[in-house]
Amino acid sequence: MTTDNKRDLLLDVQDLTIHYVTDNGTVHAVENLNLQLGHGETLGFVGETGAGKTTTALGIMRLIPSPPGVIKSGKIIFEGEDLLSMSEADMRGVRGGRIAMIFQDPMTSLNPVMTVDKQIAEMIKLHRNVGEAESLKLAGDMLELVGIRRERMKDYPHQFSGGMKQRVVIAIALACDPGLLIADEPTTALDVTIQAQVLELMKDLKRRFAASMILITHDLGIVADICDTVAIMYAGRVVEYADKRSLYSNPAHPYTVGLFNSVPDLDSDVEELNTIPGLMPDPMELPTGCTFHPRCLRAVPECSVSKPGMIEVEPGHFVACPHAGSKRGSGV
Amino acid sequence: MVKYIVRRVLFLIPVLVGVAFCVFTLLYLTPGDPAKMVLGDLATESAIRDFREKEGLDKPFLVQFGNYLYKAVTQGDIGRSYVTKRPVMTEIMATFPATLKLATFAIVIAIVLGLPCGILSAIKQYSAFDTVTMILAMIGLSMPVFWLGLLLILLFSVYLRWLPSSGFDTFKAMILPSLALSAQSVSMITRMTRSSMLEVIRADYIRTARSKGQKESVVIWVHALHNALIPVVTLCGLQFGSLLAGAILTESIFAVPGVGRLMVESIKARDYPVVQGGVLFVAAAFSVVNLLVDLLYAYIDPRIKAQYR
Repeated sequence: MTTDNKRDLLLDVQDLTIHYVTDNGTVHAVENLNLQLGHGETLGFVGETGAGKTTTALGIMRLIPSPPGVIKSGKIIFEGEDLLSMSEADMRGVRGGRIAMIFQDPMTSLNPVMTVDKQIAEMIKLHRNVGEAESLKLAGDMLELVGIRRERMKDYPHQFSGGMKQRVVIAIALACDPGLLIADEPTTALDVTIQAQVLELMKDLKRRFAASMILITHDLGIVADICDTVAIMYAGRVVEYADKRSLYSNPAHPYTVGLFNSVPDLDSDVEELNTIPGLMPDPMELPTGCTFHPRCLRAVPECSVSKPGMIEVEPGHFVACPHAGSKRGSGV
Repeated sequence: MVKYIVRRVLFLIPVLVGVAFCVFTLLYLTPGDPAKMVLGDLATESAIRDFREKEGLDKPFLVQFGNYLYKAVTQGDIGRSYVTKRPVMTEIMATFPATLKLATFAIVIAIVLGLPCGILSAIKQYSAFDTVTMILAMIGLSMPVFWLGLLLILLFSVYLRWLPSSGFDTFKAMILPSLALSAQSVSMITRMTRSSMLEVIRADYIRTARSKGQKESVVIWVHALHNALIPVVTLCGLQFGSLLAGAILTESIFAVPGVGRLMVESIKARDYPVVQGGVLFVAAAFSVVNLLVDLLYAYIDPRIKAQYR
């Protein structure tokens, strides 16, 4: 992806490669990934389970469990600094203070033996120069902000429902007004009705805190609702990157086209739902060339030989496929 | 919380009555007439009859058991030793302090050694320290206490002459028995702490703590340890209970004048009331320790407290 100098970038991930080295082989979780995020933007990060979305997010936080995880190469430029060359102590200042993360499963994301106000206050004390009492008061404020009554601040996580726990997690993440919020499938573990509430809350708070956001999801509906730009990830690589409008009106990569075609159409009466043929490749033995070619209906012999570079099919719309550029719904 | 405590205390009653019943039945069924045991083989028929009447031995089984329970509860009277003729309670109370001291020493050693070893092993999983610790723990678990005791005596008392091999009156004399007794507990606590810690440090909330920018030391010692300790506390309690009850071998090897040795001597002398009282006492001690552990458990795990609000 060529660097777009016109945009005021908050985050610029360049050629990020993350491997998990195990006894059985190396898992190529993220390969030469490029990603950009402007100030105030929301990026939808879409892909199947196992595509490497969470690994990328943890990589940005430098929280890849090591061993077995290794960040092999790349740069993560955040507010002009390369996070990968920072000292661990400096990185601790970034985590929570400047980049905060909301995790997928609120049931297990909170410490079960600590009251929620303390868990929020911990974040505040780490990044702001306040005392114990002040931090607890601010923690109460945060709880009210996410719609939980202040009286409940001395409660333990098990006394809250799933949706409320996720609200607590959101309160922790936003407690120190981070520039970037990474939300890793924040609503996947919740009921549909609660999902909508939590998403509304996140949209609202994101605006209020003027934060940028990376929203990891596999739900194209949520992306359409919330995001400005979208990156489609497949087998450790970003295969398509564009602003939402451009991507939805003109999906270019065969995988993206396949994704859109697999969204069930409620109006048509079909026996079987559309799927993309085949399965995600084994990340230990990725296919040569374009990793999608074994499942791609448009594949030609060269596809298995050379790795496709990013092509700009229209301004700001990048695709990692030389055969891209067809209309939505055709081809696959 | 009060509800929880009351519930746990009430739970003790059926357990103790059950133990008393088992012990009582076992000894009731054991061959040999207590009257002859006490009065000797040469006792006359009438003397034996008088004794049986006086001690209530001619009554039906359940009545005897009822009397036994009644006296135990109201007067703390659990019979008299056939040998010394003193109350069983007096005999046990004379020996219990030594056992309590031994078990306390052993559990302190076990916790002081086991906890840090387990925590370090988990943090540095698959390191040299971890491997050595796990091998030692395996040896500690598999080595019978009588064998370990003898080896310790051989090394520290016979060859090095640093520590006495018997008695329990000085601090020095308590070292070897406590070490021998604690070996299995150290190993178990180490292994339990390690596995519990390994599970916890992979938990999502640990990742959350790290994502806040918290220092690794605080993540481990505050967030992880508290959660990892919950099962370890249970184990420590169980271990302390079984140390109280299971010091028989250690006490015999090192000639520690404790409850365990009293019971061995009593079994040898067929002094049934003492054996009976000893087993009951040990069971009671075990139950009380467990009760304390349960209470502690509720204190460190808020999820348990919540069930009994």
